[in-house]
Amino acid sequence: MPYRNEELIRKQRKLAATQARRKVYVHVEKPVSMFDSMSTEEREAFFTKERKRAAGVLARRNTLIKCAMGLGICIAIIASILALIPIFYTFINSFMSSAEIQDNYGVIFQSLSGHAKESGAAYLDKTPVLRMVPEKVTFEQYKTLLFMSPTYLLKFWNSVIMVVPIVLGQLVVSSLAAYSFARYRKRRREILFFSYVILMLMPFQVTLVPNYMIAEKLHLLNTFWAIILPGIFSTFSCFLLTKYMRQIPSSYVEAAKLDGATEWQIFTKIALPTCKSAIFAMAILLFIDYWNMVEQPLVLLTDEQKQPLSVFLSQINEAEIGIAFAASALYMIPALLIFLWGEEYLVEGISHSGIK
Amino acid sequence: MSESQNKRGELLLRKAELAKRKKRLHRRRKLLDWGVFTGYLLPSLAGVLLFFFLPLLMLLKTSFQKSPTNSDFVGFANYGRVITNSAFVNASKNTLTFALISVPLAIVLSLLVALLLNSGMPGKSIFRSILLNPMMVPVASIVLIWQVFFSYNGVINGWFASLFGMNKIDWLKSSYAQIVIFLMFIWKNLGYNMVLFLAALNNIPTEVIESAKMDGAGPVKRFFSIKMHYLSSTIFFVGIMSLINSFKIFREVYLLTGDYPFDTLYMLQHYMNNAFRHLDYSKLSAGAIVMCIAMIIIVGFLFFAEAKFGGDIEE
Repeated sequence: MPYRNEELIRKQRKLAATQARRKVYVHVEKPVSMFDSMSTEEREAFFTKERKRAAGVLARRNTLIKCAMGLGICIAIIASILALIPIFYTFINSFMSSAEIQDNYGVIFQSLSGHAKESGAAYLDKTPVLRMVPEKVTFEQYKTLLFMSPTYLLKFWNSVIMVVPIVLGQLVVSSLAAYSFARYRKRRREILFFSYVILMLMPFQVTLVPNYMIAEKLHLLNTFWAIILPGIFSTFSCFLLTKYMRQIPSSYVEAAKLDGATEWQIFTKIALPTCKSAIFAMAILLFIDYWNMVEQPLVLLTDEQKQPLSVFLSQINEAEIGIAFAASALYMIPALLIFLWGEEYLVEGISHSGIK
Repeated sequence: MSESQNKRGELLLRKAELAKRKKRLHRRRKLLDWGVFTGYLLPSLAGVLLFFFLPLLMLLKTSFQKSPTNSDFVGFANYGRVITNSAFVNASKNTLTFALISVPLAIVLSLLVALLLNSGMPGKSIFRSILLNPMMVPVASIVLIWQVFFSYNGVINGWFASLFGMNKIDWLKSSYAQIVIFLMFIWKNLGYNMVLFLAALNNIPTEVIESAKMDGAGPVKRFFSIKMHYLSSTIFFVGIMSLINSFKIFREVYLLTGDYPFDTLYMLQHYMNNAFRHLDYSKLSAGAIVMCIAMIIIVGFLFFAEAKFGGDIEE
């Protein structure tokens, strides 16, 4: 009978399994643990002691971490103070009256301007004083700067008139070029792109002479165009924007293409909005870079009238220190305002530029 | 029989024609693509060619001429004149020393600050914005306050004199001048580098760090074996950016000390500016070409180093 047969087999298997189990699980005497050997009181005493020890270790570790954190915060605070001191003092000094400035810093600038002989005696016993708070807050310097000395305002205007076209022009030109580099990736284009990168890495010391020569050939020397035109075609933003645009998922572009979008539509409706933060970051970086320029105007603009404020500020003399502080502060303000407005974009833009 | 053969021949012909048309269409599409994208590139390319590459070629030509007006070929005479010029040698030595010391210093310091800020400290974003602030400040407007601090009768000397009774040091006109410009360089560039490092540190996968922690790797070991590995391409990028920025230290030096600073502060840009004043173009162009070649060698070396040591990180 098949049924009986099956039961027999099952029984045999069961037997075999039991025997196997008996072979594996050898009975072992339960060892006497420390826990078992102790009486109830001993146990409690032991556990309280252990708990105390563990708490001590934990507390020690926590205080160590806290100390390290405190030290870190201290270092960070010191670094921040060091970072802010020069900016802070420039603003503070711009609110002092010119007499106070003379009193505080006269000794410094008097020795710089070279005619120490006549007026030097007045300062001999003086040491410069750094004041956290001006004796009297006045806007005197700003008043003289804004209403009485047109030179400073003219130079400020020179700076604006050079920087704004450069930033706007370079953004337009290089976002177009970046789109091309990002979408059309053939061998020869890559070589061209690499040459752009090399050009980006060239310091002013190299590019200035070519700039000068071409400006001379085109009769642009001593006009703002000599600075604006090379500025517009500088390749720095092109490089970073290309890096950004290459990160746009190709499925976006393909989807748009299937729906019949032209390249221009893809550029304006997909590429530009995706790279919005990068473009803002680029605008900020470019603004600082050109707001800060010294080398190009020094070489390309021989006319003193056309120099930007950045060059002019270094040529102050003793009598004008007070105004110079106010002018410095004024020159700083646009950059700082832009920073406050676009810090998020800037941080994001810088962060992404480093990641491949 | 012949009819079917005819038919087959016709079919083949049509097929060939179709293939040809397809090929032509394909070629036209490719050409169109090329045209469109070249069109996008054109404004930039034209400008770059006109304002950078063409003048560089002109430069190369004048560097072999006796003078811009006298186009006699003089071979490498201009180069010889530049390389043996003591001012040029001094300037390039100073610029190179500055770059060699300031770039690693900037990398290490900003990496340390980034690690500090990344260690779960409260107020990270506040410190980040404060430290990024100096980057925004134009050199020209901060120079005045540097002068207040570092000139001979300046504040720092005053402090040192009153605290330690030290003699006055002429910070800007002695061998200490280099320390001062290092300080200024780091003050300005720390924030930018730090933001780059912070971004890279945030990009390290946390699982890797956590599993290393569980395996008992201490913070030092974790840093050198794991974080360094992920950071190496950022270190390369920061290095290149710092190198570019280190050439801009001329601004500070010029605005602080004028055309003829102390010997160790005499930068390449000073040399160029003074040569511009003497209108010695052939010398200038030879100098610029020498610098250009030096730059290409340095950058090429850096790229090579990155490809060799950093190649295995890309996911």
